[in-house]
Amino acid sequence: MNIGVFVCHCGSNIAGTVDTEKVAEAARMYPEVRFATDTMYACSEPGQEGIISAIREHGLDGVVVASCTPRMHEATFRRTLERAGLNRYMFEMANIREHVSWIGKDMEANTSKAMDLVRIAVEKLRRNTPLHPRKFDINKRVMVIGGGVAGIQAALDCAEGGLEVVLVEREPTIGGKMAKLDKTFPTVDCSSCILGPKMVDIAQHPNITLYALSEVESVNGFVGNFSVNIRRKAAYVDWSLCTGCGACEEKCPARKTYDKFNEGIGRTTAIKIAFPQAIPKKAVITPETCIMLTKGKCGNCAKVCPAGAIQFDQKDSIVTEEVGAIIAATGYDLFDHTALGQYGGGRYADVITSLQYERMLSASGPTGGHVKRPSDGAEPKNIVFIQCAGSRDKSIGRPYCSGFCCMYTAKQAILTKDHIPDSQSYVFYMDIRSPGKMYDEFTRRAMEEYGARYIRGRVSAIQPRGGRYLVKGADTLLGNQVEIEADMVVLAVGVESAKGASELAEKLRISYDSYGFFMEGHPKLKPVETNTAGVYLAGSCQGPKDIPSSVAQGGAAASKVLSLFSRDKLESDPQVSAVSLLRCVGCGKCRETCPFGAIEMTEFRGMPKASVVETVCQGCGICAVTCPQGAIQLQHFTDNQILAEVNALCRY
Amino acid sequence: MSTFTYAYYPGCSAMGTSAEYEASTRALCSRLGITLMEIPDWNCCGSTPAHATDHTLAGALVARNLMLAEQMPDVRGIITPCPSCLKNLKTTQHRLQRPAYRAGIEALLDYPVQSTLPVKSVLQVIAEDFGPQRVQEHVTRPLTGMKVAPYYGCLMSRPPDVMAFDDHENPVALDGLLAALGATVVPYAMKVDCCGASLALTRRDIVTSLSCRLLDAAAEAGAHAMATACPMCQMNLDMRQQQINRDNGTQFHMPVFYYTQLVGLATGYTAAEMGLDKLCVSPAGALACITPAAGPDTAPAQPREAGA
Amino acid sequence: MRDDRTIRRCDAAFTQSVQQQSEQNMALCYQCGNCTAGCPVARASSTPVTQVMRLVQAGQREAALGADSIWLCASCETCTTRCPNDIDVARVMDVLRHMARRENHVAEKNIRDFWDAFLESVEKHGRVYEVGLMAAYVRKTGRFWTDADLAPAALGKGKLPLRPHPVTDKEAIRQIFRRYRERSA
Repeated sequence: MNIGVFVCHCGSNIAGTVDTEKVAEAARMYPEVRFATDTMYACSEPGQEGIISAIREHGLDGVVVASCTPRMHEATFRRTLERAGLNRYMFEMANIREHVSWIGKDMEANTSKAMDLVRIAVEKLRRNTPLHPRKFDINKRVMVIGGGVAGIQAALDCAEGGLEVVLVEREPTIGGKMAKLDKTFPTVDCSSCILGPKMVDIAQHPNITLYALSEVESVNGFVGNFSVNIRRKAAYVDWSLCTGCGACEEKCPARKTYDKFNEGIGRTTAIKIAFPQAIPKKAVITPETCIMLTKGKCGNCAKVCPAGAIQFDQKDSIVTEEVGAIIAATGYDLFDHTALGQYGGGRYADVITSLQYERMLSASGPTGGHVKRPSDGAEPKNIVFIQCAGSRDKSIGRPYCSGFCCMYTAKQAILTKDHIPDSQSYVFYMDIRSPGKMYDEFTRRAMEEYGARYIRGRVSAIQPRGGRYLVKGADTLLGNQVEIEADMVVLAVGVESAKGASELAEKLRISYDSYGFFMEGHPKLKPVETNTAGVYLAGSCQGPKDIPSSVAQGGAAASKVLSLFSRDKLESDPQVSAVSLLRCVGCGKCRETCPFGAIEMTEFRGMPKASVVETVCQGCGICAVTCPQGAIQLQHFTDNQILAEVNALCRY
Repeated sequence: MSTFTYAYYPGCSAMGTSAEYEASTRALCSRLGITLMEIPDWNCCGSTPAHATDHTLAGALVARNLMLAEQMPDVRGIITPCPSCLKNLKTTQHRLQRPAYRAGIEALLDYPVQSTLPVKSVLQVIAEDFGPQRVQEHVTRPLTGMKVAPYYGCLMSRPPDVMAFDDHENPVALDGLLAALGATVVPYAMKVDCCGASLALTRRDIVTSLSCRLLDAAAEAGAHAMATACPMCQMNLDMRQQQINRDNGTQFHMPVFYYTQLVGLATGYTAAEMGLDKLCVSPAGALACITPAAGPDTAPAQPREAGA
Repeated sequence: MRDDRTIRRCDAAFTQSVQQQSEQNMALCYQCGNCTAGCPVARASSTPVTQVMRLVQAGQREAALGADSIWLCASCETCTTRCPNDIDVARVMDVLRHMARRENHVAEKNIRDFWDAFLESVEKHGRVYEVGLMAAYVRKTGRFWTDADLAPAALGKGKLPLRPHPVTDKEAIRQIFRRYRERSA
């Protein structure tokens, strides 16, 4: 080979503690090194031009750059080599910055180590072979899992970008949590008024196929070529016939069904349309409380349905959709406040959650927008809001801040004053977190203009007393205990990952943290990508966030998909495993240990052999370690290449 | 020797101010077949004053008792009726796992310390190892008609990782037991609120204020009586009820039973045997609320002859 | 002049000492007030529990050890049970009592004297002799009329035995106290 070595000064970053000239001089003596020099900034334009001209001038066929970490500039220099007409994998980097000059100041020791690292890199390069990525087709359709505001935005942006979109939502209607809100902060916009048009757009967009009351059953394939099985759950109503007229709801006698959409405030019928602006506006039967489905009697809905849409024998069905990318926008769930025994553990009827209160405030909610105590239906006058119920609390395993509760509590305090002018709201808080645009002004309005009494301190316990509730809190700014007799208490419950999030993550083969939130590719720089090619994130499934952030992420995820699909074909990374047919004995151990399902067993001349699906292989190397024959090797990190590095280091 | 034999730690108040708790606890255990072997020559656990003065001193006082119990043959564990003693026993036992702490205690004693016996309250043993069902089988005079507020006191289940018994915010062991006796258990929101404990002599104002709220909540819940499991609480609520009334301008007349007295009454012991005469606030009013129900010891009505 | 509470005298060694003896990390406390909110004696004390914790965090030794709250604390464990950061606040209060006593910096002398009388009774008899305890307390504090109104009822119902019920092995108990005093000196 004709190897060229370039030792970078990186200004004084490296040169300050490493004698780069000496390293280059030593490199000239290494086997097959034809050219070695030190350079000021290898990654700069003149630096790269210098590499290219050296390649041309000296006929180099491989390059070592001794500089910073490959995570910084490996991609840069690989492109440099390609511009000079070489294969990008005939390149090695020696990290003499993070691994040498940034560690200590001993010039002699550093220079010596740098020389070792360069020699190792040269020895590896001598065993490198050119690698060529394969190109494969992309199915330019995208699946969005989750029809909340983030998923809706992602779906609309993709659809407007000309893509076919499949939107899968597990509830009977899209809209997510935002559809349950009465008003939104900080503008006090009516939530369904601003979300409604977008939901209608979803229903009407020619590029969007909506599967509501459906869940992802399994995911196969790889980026550009996913195959997803969707379970369409039985609604016991034929949605192709149902017009959403609501006649069935009026006649259903089973009125004690838990009202999921209204968070359990009041009861509802077994057959129902989720809410008036539901998309799709179709009826669904809850099988556990339906008299026909449990006891074989009734059938009122079938009798009155003008479209004959009721179908008591309907079953789940599976649909398969082929897509090239998936956006997970599955949202969140709220902390279960029954875990807070000191606040009644769910036993006190008038201690409710913020979302339950929101449904009460909503004019289309179960109380018609009248705030009423669940216990006796009376209008409360003293309402206490408790922030951080289930957030910032290590003792219950929820140390994180849920991000929007300070804001929605202020909103609810403001709305309470509108609904009940002679009411008095109290808010127990530890801090006020209001970082967004107009957010702090909004929380101040609650205090300054709407008379909400904000008390800085937590609440130790709530105790029922004579039909009301004694809220035992503290005012730490005054240094006092504070006891308030409340008619109703609203707990600002915190955010949790959505139920079933971790199971979905495993189907998608993406990571999730200890709370079940999906993990982004990089906490700062890749908020909507995952470490799995072709799968993106949007909204609260990645972590608690407010509506503007969810919408922004929806758009961001859509832009990632659009740019993924902007090419005609995708390139696979050639740094994947490959099987030597001669050595492979077909034991199948590699297939068992591959975490990505990237290895298949095939036949070659009647013998079982392993075969790598290059587009799925993530290059982890587990198979290479597992194979007893050494038949499967990770390209660009073969046993021989790695051993060459080891031998270069351990010379004595 | 029954299978339920325990090393019994009575606690100092058992000799004096909570003599009726001691008597009724012993009687109840005897009725249920629990054998109590008093720890020989047990000493005071130090209550609050010891752990508030020095943890090693407190630990040594407790450890002597733990070692005395450890040497008793064939006991299932250590039980005590007093939550304060219980907390001290369990806390020290837990901390003994730390070598430095154990060394400090052993330096005050003459011998190495090791404690393996489980430590529980009498209430816990009845509720968990027996169960209210078993108690109900012994009930001959159900307390039907009597409304009782179950008051657990602040230490019985707290802190949860030390006491390891029942729910620490809404305990139900006593509720279940009282219900098994036929009494009506009223919903009582202040189950685990503190009565003021040992501050009674030094800051009577605090105790009467706190205890007043407890009585008030019980009265408001419609209770005829309170039932408690702690000698300190019972004393503050019962013996000091007149002081409470004077200091707060109230007129409570709320009898405060030890739960063991109620179990004893329901399972056939007499009022005298249960030491009801030692209660400062007379329980007569509450007992009068018990409606006599047809039970095994009342004569069944004669069947009418047809046509007679 | 509230000089003790200024920031320029932050005794970090004090904070460290409390942390070490209580085995609690004071930095975990974010001053939420939950402990104060649930404290049964908060209204009777001049420094709420949250502030006692803050004084320890801020290294304000004099103010922390001189607080009346640490003596009025009823050891009810409400603070520990409900602290969102799992801090054993009751244990910190115990440690502050230990430290205050050792330095003879006691805000509520009656309470300290009561506890001393209690432990004296234990040392002498091995078990608390309630009448003896009362007598010792009255002697130390001069509060002659303490609970005098309860005496008739208590005596009448046999709740105050006039003789102690000592342990047999009194020496074992006395030895514990003796060695404790030797080691504390």
